[in-house]
Amino acid sequence: MKLAISCSGTTLDSPFDARFGRAAAFCVVDTDTGAWTAHANPALSATGGAGVQAAQLVARLGAQSVVSGAYGPNAFDTLSAAGIAMLLAAGNEARSAADILALFQAGGLTQAGAPSHNGHHGG
Amino acid sequence: MKQLVILSGKGGTGKTSVTAAFAHLASLGPFADRVVLADADVDAANLELVLKPRILEQQEFRGGQVAEIDQDRCAVCGACESVCRFDAILERDGYYVVDPIACDGCAACVYQCPTGGIAMHEQVVGNFFVSDCRYGPLYHADLFPGQENSGKLVALVKQHARQRALDEHRLLLLVDGPPGIGCPVISAVSGADLALIVTEPTVAGIHDLIRTLETVRHFGVRALVCINKADLYPAGVEAIAAQCRASGIATVGTIPFDLTVADAMVAGEAVTAFRPAAPAAVAIAAVWERMSAALMNFETPINQDV
Amino acid sequence: MRIVVASGKGGTGKTTVATSLALVAAEQDAVCFRDCDVEAPNAALFLHPVLDSHREVGILVPQVDAQTCTYCGTCAEVCQFHAIAVVGGKTLVFPELCHGCGSCTLVCPEQAISERLAVLGVIDSGATAQGIAFAQGVMNVGQPMAVPILRELKNWCPAPPPTARGAQARDIEIRDAPPGASCPVVETLRGADFVLLVTEPTPFGLHDLKQVAAIAHDLGLPAGVVINRDGIGDEAVAAWCAAHDLPILLRIPMQRRIAEAIARGTTLVAAEPQFRPGFRDLLEAIINRVNA
Repeated sequence: MKLAISCSGTTLDSPFDARFGRAAAFCVVDTDTGAWTAHANPALSATGGAGVQAAQLVARLGAQSVVSGAYGPNAFDTLSAAGIAMLLAAGNEARSAADILALFQAGGLTQAGAPSHNGHHGG
Repeated sequence: MKQLVILSGKGGTGKTSVTAAFAHLASLGPFADRVVLADADVDAANLELVLKPRILEQQEFRGGQVAEIDQDRCAVCGACESVCRFDAILERDGYYVVDPIACDGCAACVYQCPTGGIAMHEQVVGNFFVSDCRYGPLYHADLFPGQENSGKLVALVKQHARQRALDEHRLLLLVDGPPGIGCPVISAVSGADLALIVTEPTVAGIHDLIRTLETVRHFGVRALVCINKADLYPAGVEAIAAQCRASGIATVGTIPFDLTVADAMVAGEAVTAFRPAAPAAVAIAAVWERMSAALMNFETPINQDV
Repeated sequence: MRIVVASGKGGTGKTTVATSLALVAAEQDAVCFRDCDVEAPNAALFLHPVLDSHREVGILVPQVDAQTCTYCGTCAEVCQFHAIAVVGGKTLVFPELCHGCGSCTLVCPEQAISERLAVLGVIDSGATAQGIAFAQGVMNVGQPMAVPILRELKNWCPAPPPTARGAQARDIEIRDAPPGASCPVVETLRGADFVLLVTEPTPFGLHDLKQVAAIAHDLGLPAGVVINRDGIGDEAVAAWCAAHDLPILLRIPMQRRIAEAIARGTTLVAAEPQFRPGFRDLLEAIINRVNA
């Protein structure tokens, strides 16, 4: 299964980025084989609609699930329409994308049933 | 780390003067050396006029894009002009040209041009600064006149300020907000723990306060109100107090009309530093005490009345 | 004759000046007043128009016919604002991100997209007791875009037209601009004949005055200055205006009585009639400069 993780760098050791729309990059991991690729997030510098654009990237990369810190309403709608499960890594402490992957495999992530907030409106 | 944003709704109620005073007072008490400052009014960035920062870093900020017609490829067919909904394409002396000020950046013309003769170019629309001032690090920006204030530059300022505050384990991010209720304000309150709305007891101030309260409620930000220039219209103070009671918002004090604020501005100082015994300075210090307590005891509801 | 009253800094007295100028002009001329501060319109609180017309305004946003759509994704590709997305066999539209440009509607190869009005705000209009035709734009709370409302407000035609009293009445339009120097201010200035810049003689007033003066200059519009709250602050504003050929057309002194009158919702010329001649001179000075 392909899992996308929002992060601020381009390796699995880079820090997990709790922001979805404006994460610097996404690491996409094949959870069965451990193979992974990293992709820069074009929405990072978008004037608006970052959530929509990031969600489209994740869908295009073929991920079945994604992990981030929060999902705004537009990201939520786009990911839902694409049938991608939205997982949440709670807490503020610094962790790497690899740590998040380990959490996932241990069953320590919850699924978002609704948008996490009202949206950042270009922010 | 708590984020406090100062708003107003109506312009000119005293946001920046109050923010500067808070920056000064915060440098004295439990928040000393634990504050990061941000000026989110990128359209009319005035906080730096009082804080007199030393600019350490400057970056160009690129905002929306603007269309440009390549005259060598242009077939002068007018398709671009007919699809533009922003009156941004003009016919001049038999040529078609784009008015960069009117251009919305939608690129509809690009896709309708039969010769591929139109391209979009990103614009430098302002500057972003990281500075240092006597009360702490200051993050600010300057949008060039006539540009779209979409909230993106505001977001950039806040994002950097917030990151700095988190990295250095600071206690408070103090943000001077923009007037109005549109995109820049929404961007400024995004992620705030608390908003202080500085209002004035004038019919215009009250009218705009109501719209600002709706805006902060719409975006789920906790708000408090203080009334500046309070002695100008006592009936107005009453009206505001009633409006706040009806909305379940606490008021944290009043500040009298005091020309010392203008003198302090000219001197380039916070009014509380310029003349601590002045009526406005004394009142702002009292409001700060309550704000300080509210920020320290965040979970406790505030029941202060005017 | 279209006069925009702008400032840069908020709270310098745009509405104070605009409303008094309108009342004085209405003594002789046919006056139309447009309150262009759609985020926080205040002029009605002073001019008390009877607002009998109410119209929703907005932009045209796409709606996709799911039967005709082939999910080719061209619409999402051309949208510069990510307001339309094609994922999982569905097309999603995000109206709050949409700029109403119509590009997606034009490019759809199946012509599966039609447009509907997404309401951004309202335009209220009517007339005042003095026969001034009045309109204001009011942006809906939580909605980000002011400029589309402003465009509609500028296109609004007063009906019936404003009352003209004098024998040689002129058509005077006064636009009360929003604060700041960004897009909505530019839109308010576009198409005007003169920009009247209201400032206060303080560092904040000067800093923000420079911004709007720059826009007026870029748009090729003649401009003049009103110094409000004259007496506070310093002389830097006056010096800057002199150095940049910006005439100071009126000075309103800092008087607590004036501040209290404005606080109550009374216009300057109603509370302090001795200012009427000054505003008449201001109006003539503006008209002379435009006609020169």
